[in-house]
Amino acid sequence: MRVPLSWLAEYVELVPGTTPEDVHAALVKVGLEEEDVHTFELQGPIVVGEVLEFVEEPQSNGKTIRWCQVRVAPEGETAADGGDAVHGVVCGARNFFQGDKVVVTLPGAVLPGPFPIAARKTYGHVSDGMIASARELGLGDDHDGILRLSTLGIDAPVGTDAIALLGLDDAAVEINVTPDRGYAFSIRGVAREYAHATGARFRDPVEQVTATDATADGFSVVIDDDAPIRGRAGSAVFATRIVRGVDPTRPTPAWMVARLKLAGIRSLSLLVDITNYVMLEFGQPIHGYDLDALRGGIRVRRALPGEKLTTLDGKERTLHVEDLVVTDDRGPIGLGGVMGGGETEMGESTHNVLIEAANWDPVSIARTARRHKLPSEAAKRYERGVDPEIPPAAVSRVAQLMVDLAGGTADGGGSIFSEVAAREAITLPRGFVSELIGVEYTDQEVHDALAEVGGIITATDDGFEVVPPSWRPDLTGKAELAEEVARLAGYHRIPSVLPVAPPGRGLTRSQRLRRRVADTLASAGSTEVLAFPFATEHENATYGSADGGPVASVRLANALDAGAPFMRRSLLPGLIGAARRNLSRGLTDLSLFELGLVFLPEPDRKYGTAELPVGNAKPSDDELDALQAGIPAQPRHVAVLLLGDAVAKQPGQPAIPAGIVDALDTVRQIALATGAEIEVVQGSHHALHPGRTAQLRVAGRTVGYAGELLPTLAEEADLPRVVAIVELDLDAVIELTEPGLEARQIGTFPAATQDLSLVVGLDVPAAAVAEAVREGAGELLEDLRLVDDYRGSGVPEGSKSLTFALRFRAPDRTLTAAEASDAKLAGAALAAERAGAAIRE
Amino acid sequence: MSEPLEITEHAVESAVDAALQAIASAGDSAALKTVRSEHAGEKSTLAQLNAQLRNVPNDQKAALGKLVGGARGRVNQAFAAREAEIVEAEAAAQLEAEAVDVTALPSRYTPGARHPLSLLQDRVCDVFTGMGWEIAEGPEVESEWFNFDALNFDADHPARAMQDTFFVDPPEAHLVLRTHTSPVQIRSMLERELPLYVLAPGRVYRTDEFDATHLPVFMQFEGVAVDKGLTMAHLKGTLDHFVKSIFGDEAKIRLRPSFFPFTEPSAELDFWHPTFKGGARWIEWGGCGMMHPNVLKSAGIDPEVYTGFAFGMGIERGLMLRNDVQDMREMVEGDIRFSQQFGMVV
Repeated sequence: MRVPLSWLAEYVELVPGTTPEDVHAALVKVGLEEEDVHTFELQGPIVVGEVLEFVEEPQSNGKTIRWCQVRVAPEGETAADGGDAVHGVVCGARNFFQGDKVVVTLPGAVLPGPFPIAARKTYGHVSDGMIASARELGLGDDHDGILRLSTLGIDAPVGTDAIALLGLDDAAVEINVTPDRGYAFSIRGVAREYAHATGARFRDPVEQVTATDATADGFSVVIDDDAPIRGRAGSAVFATRIVRGVDPTRPTPAWMVARLKLAGIRSLSLLVDITNYVMLEFGQPIHGYDLDALRGGIRVRRALPGEKLTTLDGKERTLHVEDLVVTDDRGPIGLGGVMGGGETEMGESTHNVLIEAANWDPVSIARTARRHKLPSEAAKRYERGVDPEIPPAAVSRVAQLMVDLAGGTADGGGSIFSEVAAREAITLPRGFVSELIGVEYTDQEVHDALAEVGGIITATDDGFEVVPPSWRPDLTGKAELAEEVARLAGYHRIPSVLPVAPPGRGLTRSQRLRRRVADTLASAGSTEVLAFPFATEHENATYGSADGGPVASVRLANALDAGAPFMRRSLLPGLIGAARRNLSRGLTDLSLFELGLVFLPEPDRKYGTAELPVGNAKPSDDELDALQAGIPAQPRHVAVLLLGDAVAKQPGQPAIPAGIVDALDTVRQIALATGAEIEVVQGSHHALHPGRTAQLRVAGRTVGYAGELLPTLAEEADLPRVVAIVELDLDAVIELTEPGLEARQIGTFPAATQDLSLVVGLDVPAAAVAEAVREGAGELLEDLRLVDDYRGSGVPEGSKSLTFALRFRAPDRTLTAAEASDAKLAGAALAAERAGAAIRE
Repeated sequence: MSEPLEITEHAVESAVDAALQAIASAGDSAALKTVRSEHAGEKSTLAQLNAQLRNVPNDQKAALGKLVGGARGRVNQAFAAREAEIVEAEAAAQLEAEAVDVTALPSRYTPGARHPLSLLQDRVCDVFTGMGWEIAEGPEVESEWFNFDALNFDADHPARAMQDTFFVDPPEAHLVLRTHTSPVQIRSMLERELPLYVLAPGRVYRTDEFDATHLPVFMQFEGVAVDKGLTMAHLKGTLDHFVKSIFGDEAKIRLRPSFFPFTEPSAELDFWHPTFKGGARWIEWGGCGMMHPNVLKSAGIDPEVYTGFAFGMGIERGLMLRNDVQDMREMVEGDIRFSQQFGMVV
């Protein structure tokens, strides 16, 4: 809402010299947040001048200019710029006549732009200023040449300061109005709030209107709402007034144009400007009909199926049966409370006007405005609630302005329909406000604050009964009343008291371990990334499952990027995107990781719930279960991507390119951080290199994959051929890992170390051989490490030789070499049995 | 075989002299080893003289024995001294040879980094767990009931439209990407015992275009306390303590009247710090208020018995204010240089 200060000052006392910043500072205290300041951005000298004479001079470029002699100061006086009383001015427009009073911007003036005015040589003359158009002054978008003051009904003496004359010295504060404060979309509401903030005296503009004596039967209005939404009447108030004999061609006064302009509304025509002016002043949307275009009386009803209406913006709209329409004998002539129709609008030939001010159901208006994508000024106000008591005063105010400014006569004709239900009192127990806010307010303070916002208060033994004012539909309970008291008294009075929470248990195990995973990965050289979780269909199909089968994805109805309307099933596309961005910026060695949710709906399952429980009451357990069951699984994953060099080339250090080796080290880091035993087995994933894929398991369940991307996918993503990745379901890793390790006793007797080389088939995984050796060797084997994988001469074709370094130890004695050898051979024997391993001599 | 040597003072002294001279001229441990074998070994003059002792008459044995023994002792002492010198010199030479330019050594370690938003989120959590609060979480694809209805957003209230919500297709299923962390308020109240002091950090979504000051995906944290006798003064005290914990004792807060459907009274949280870029001033950082009675009722809590407060703030804005990050896009692009300037510390 933009509020011109001159307008505000009509209804609340503004101390002389009050700046827009002062007004902002006051309003923010009561909850109207500052947004901006608007001015005409003009600087004088800009004065009223009289065109004494001009000569038309055709130019070689085809234009004809006028060389004008303009009087800018009374005879014998110095002009406002210090120059002569008559200035020579070159003017390109030709819409004025000798003797016209015009606005002259003298050298030294600045027009919006900023566009400084100076005497300058042009078309063979020195043009000593400029004759201004309305557009140049910031008053309108008129391209019809220069502004003739007579068209605004102004005849001021030559030399008069035109800035003040036209109201261009005004400024408007723009404030943000929260959805509960619909009444603050008006000068009336903001003036009242300013009074709350400063204690200045408020004069209600509605109370300044005296003539509300419309005859009830002067115009036929029938309200016929047969389908109220949620039991609320579509229109509870409908007031009309007739004004006859208006002159629609009269100019809108400059002060009104200037105020509308500052308020952000373009001046269109006097009649329309008046309706907008009163809307801004009262917060009551007004509609004006050309009375002669109406056929019969007005009937308000819900739209019929398939009914159509062409609104003021020229669009034909197919109506919905929930839409409220204003009709006459021909059918719909307006979308009630949202926008009028084209056929009955006021125009250049309108002489008799029917003014309408109604109150419409906020819910109905909100739905209609959303349905037709018509967030009009009227709808904006009705959605938030308009004071239902003011339509009669509003139509009277409009009628009065039309009489005063457009020369019409209001004969009292019109109608008033009003079925506003009386508001119920809210019980405010004594002490409630103080107990909620934590400030000891006296009863008097509570009473005075609520009286100031317009409440009607009755003291009772236990506190107060408060009937909220008609313009505050948001005041519905005692908490709302408490806020009024707190904000009028000032939030600065609230003390700072730290509450003592009962002892907590710190982070949960999962929270603790996730944080440790992130810290560990970062410590080990990986950089955390937070990618947007949106994905394309292709990305989810490629990375969203191991087998490449069809996957289900959460799809957004209103995605920002139409190409990526899905929620990710994998963290990898985000990491790939980040990797590509880094590469494009010349960063070629990367280790990136992300911890985040993935979204894993199951195929062929419907999610969500068609019906929602109402708010403000706890749903039944069944309802809560249904809500919960309607939400797709969203486990937290961790993923890592590595490419380029794991160790860069340096003095004495050749580069070590990143690959699956590093991916598996990352898995070990995650295992360390979570305490999980993550089993690595040869695996397959349709997005990964078929020979370089590890399946990762915890407690026998697959929790993820590590490996290298298929080179074709890497190429498709503009990445180098080798891209190593890991993705793990971190929630599962944590959940499947039993917390609480049982510590082994650390043996202190001497160890016996032996090597064991076993020849096995090429396709036998080392892990299988190791496992057999470990199991066969029994408890004496303390540690086993694969130290060599040899293929070549001395080993049969199709075989490889795996060498393990074994460390044996007994808990209670020094082992003999023979005992260690026996254990080793037992291990070899089981490996022979399980994997066909032969001891290499 | 040559004539057996005769043990004379002269013979002994000249052998000792020869040995000492050789020891002194040995330059390294190898040379010293040769000298040792020549002058103290089995075939050395002194060894031979020693061997002669068994042939001398008994009455001279003591004197000559002392003569030869003393000589061998002096030579051995010289050996030991020289050996120590050589070992020391050789060790020093080795150290000198092993010297490197510590500024030109390779590194096999690549530093990584946490994302500063995650680090700041961790810090925020730590401040609250330090006060005894617990950390709660909830889903990002959320039911509209938790995101709106339970939070006192009427189905037709304009506040619902002001949220710029991402809807899951089909919209009739009433699933959204949560627009704030506030659904976790409801989840916490439904799941936990009272009194309740919970902080809910996490990602939230709005259909904002992606530019220097707007992100469609961002991080919030939501504080919720429900207890008997909680007042707005407790809300202010909590925020005061929190802001000072994160930004230092000079930081101040201010509450300003505002509107949120789920709080009444509601307030904007403004926050002041002397070292803001552009000078000390008030900057808006979030919304807060006393929980609306209808919100408590949605979770089955009697608002006549319990009161609660809630607040919500954006982590991104916190990072911008605290570390002078100018462009929000840097936070989500994943350029490693952004996170790496923070490392593990924010």
